[in-house]
Amino acid sequence: MNNIVLQVNDLTMQFGGVVAVNNLTMEIRQGEIVALIGPNGAGKTTAFNAITGVYLPTNGEVRLEDEVIQAGYPQGKMKKLYAGENNGKYGEIVDWTPDKITKRGIARTFQNIRLFKNLSVFDNVLIAHHMNMKAGLFRAAFRLNHAEETAMRQDTWELLKMVHLDDVALERANNLPYGKQRHLEIARALATQPKLLLLDEPAAGMNPQETDALSDFIREIKKKFNLTILVIEHHMNLVMDLSDRIYVIDFGKLIAHGTPEDVQNDPAVITAYLGVDA
Amino acid sequence: MRVKNPKHTWYSILLALVILAATIYLEFNRSKYGMAVSVIQKSLIFAVVAVAMNLLNGFTGLFSLGQAGFMAIGAYATAMLTIPVERMEAVYYMSGVVPWLMSLKRALSVLPEPVLIIIAMLIGGMIAGLFAFLIGIPVLRLKSDYLAIATLGFAEIVRGIISAPQLDQFTNGSYGLKNIPGFGSNSLSFMPDGFGVLLVPLFASTILIGFIVLVINSSYGRAFKAIREDEIAAEAMGINLLKHKQMSFVLSSFVTAIAGGMLAMFMRSIEPRAFSTIITYDILLIVVIGGLGSITGSVLGAFVVTFAKDWFLRFFDVPLIIGGFQVPFLRIGFRMVIFSILLMVVVLFYRRGLMGNSEFTWHGFFNLFRRRLKRPEVMAETSGGSMSPIIIAPGRDQAPAPLIPDPPGGEPEEEADEEAADE
Repeated sequence: MNNIVLQVNDLTMQFGGVVAVNNLTMEIRQGEIVALIGPNGAGKTTAFNAITGVYLPTNGEVRLEDEVIQAGYPQGKMKKLYAGENNGKYGEIVDWTPDKITKRGIARTFQNIRLFKNLSVFDNVLIAHHMNMKAGLFRAAFRLNHAEETAMRQDTWELLKMVHLDDVALERANNLPYGKQRHLEIARALATQPKLLLLDEPAAGMNPQETDALSDFIREIKKKFNLTILVIEHHMNLVMDLSDRIYVIDFGKLIAHGTPEDVQNDPAVITAYLGVDA
Repeated sequence: MRVKNPKHTWYSILLALVILAATIYLEFNRSKYGMAVSVIQKSLIFAVVAVAMNLLNGFTGLFSLGQAGFMAIGAYATAMLTIPVERMEAVYYMSGVVPWLMSLKRALSVLPEPVLIIIAMLIGGMIAGLFAFLIGIPVLRLKSDYLAIATLGFAEIVRGIISAPQLDQFTNGSYGLKNIPGFGSNSLSFMPDGFGVLLVPLFASTILIGFIVLVINSSYGRAFKAIREDEIAAEAMGINLLKHKQMSFVLSSFVTAIAGGMLAMFMRSIEPRAFSTIITYDILLIVVIGGLGSITGSVLGAFVVTFAKDWFLRFFDVPLIIGGFQVPFLRIGFRMVIFSILLMVVVLFYRRGLMGNSEFTWHGFFNLFRRRLKRPEVMAETSGGSMSPIIIAPGRDQAPAPLIPDPPGGEPEEEADEEAADE
């Protein structure tokens, strides 16, 4: 078995009285493509946000290569309000900011595309290299880090070629067609040199042909960049085609997990998606 | 991002030389063109403040209205350190001067005046930068309007503290400071007396604006733009929001304070009232008219607004009698009515400011004339981009034919740098 890249333990996110993610536990191993699926409002994106540091987990922890990057337990008002499980199991607060988590090796895309719309495709990707820059403001301003800047541009150029966006490199991101914008968002995430890539509904709004192309693209980048991928998706074809394992959540709770075949035949999953057979 | 046309580089050098020559001409004939000299001085100073504000508002997306406060810090630091020692008693005639300030000034008086002025401005800038850093820690967590109100509050506090009677011995409170050396009065011994009225502010503002342009074109500038475009995405790209916002805020305040020092030298006498919120709005006006996110726009805006307000429209303030008939409305203050109407017209027709968020390029400049000549086809060709009916500088996406990718490592848009610095 490969090493565990991401380990999520008893992750609970509660907002006021609403438990958006309830006691989610999952693990992702090196080189896997894992899908997180569930009906609308099941808490998938909330789980993503807790993993990437946008939220502090109400309870539970997230580990990246066995290092705790997010951990929390109910505090303050939440002590009384807390409706989840495993209260008292976790006693430390670890709240990394999203930029720190990105630096540590988790990159993500967003459900509704969040590109730097008025900047060029090239700049969009180039910005991802900024976090590793060593030169300070003054050195960078007076171009004393020429070698570094050149290397950044070279890398960006190579990445754009690899993801077939080099022909539109100077277009404004906003002017790209929708499918390309999705590609660009993934390319930008790749530029941060992640170990784990989180894709939040990459095929949203795509037609079947584009979805197929995306599926190939994800496989291609996985191989080229030696990635581990966690993907949220509603297109079942894509999910079944792509993923090694699937986690299904409903109302924040994990209801099933396993290989695509296992999940497809799981009665709890069928109930969650189609309703109870009367 | 585009191939540099060698011809255009020559045009830039030529333009710089023309500006320099014109400045030198005005410099030597300053008594004849007094009005022009003073309006240009003011425009240059406001251009610096506007560019600094643009760094914050247009490039980092932080809507800050603290400019007056930082200018006041710079102006007072410069004034207090540069007023000649022997004049201090006369300036602080009401309550006297704190002894330590006097001893500091005596110690500094060994320096030649120009050096002293530069040091004073840098000290003012550093104090402003320190304040920006300190208030930035809590305030930069706020967004848009809330940030604006918090920084506006800061500016008012600065003004309040400066004019506080308790500090009369230090800032001279509401009496203000006089006898500040002006731009011409501090020339080195080998220069003719009064030399440097225009050249000194020109070089100072070129250096300051040039520095900001360099920062914006560096990797940090790209990070600032990323924060402007989308904070959440920028954070997901590994950009530390607070650190970069702090950087932008401190840098902008530093430059603003230095420009405040220049303003003190321009006005020769300052008082707390001169740094009320109105001055912030004046600068905001310049930035918006010039175009948020355009350095050349801010420089252009500073000149257009200052020239219109302080010079060209003076005509409307003077009663005019034609053949025994007095033209109605023309009296003191009417100029501001016309000015406001013109502003509305400009904003209506150039919704994103004169320059939008693109910079001046020779390419765009020549296109402007080409477009005028054969308007119909060209208008159809270039839809999108700037909303303005006359696109002074087309966006990067509109640059036609010889558009091949920047070889990795090349530095984009050097031309724009020079332009911004040269104006």
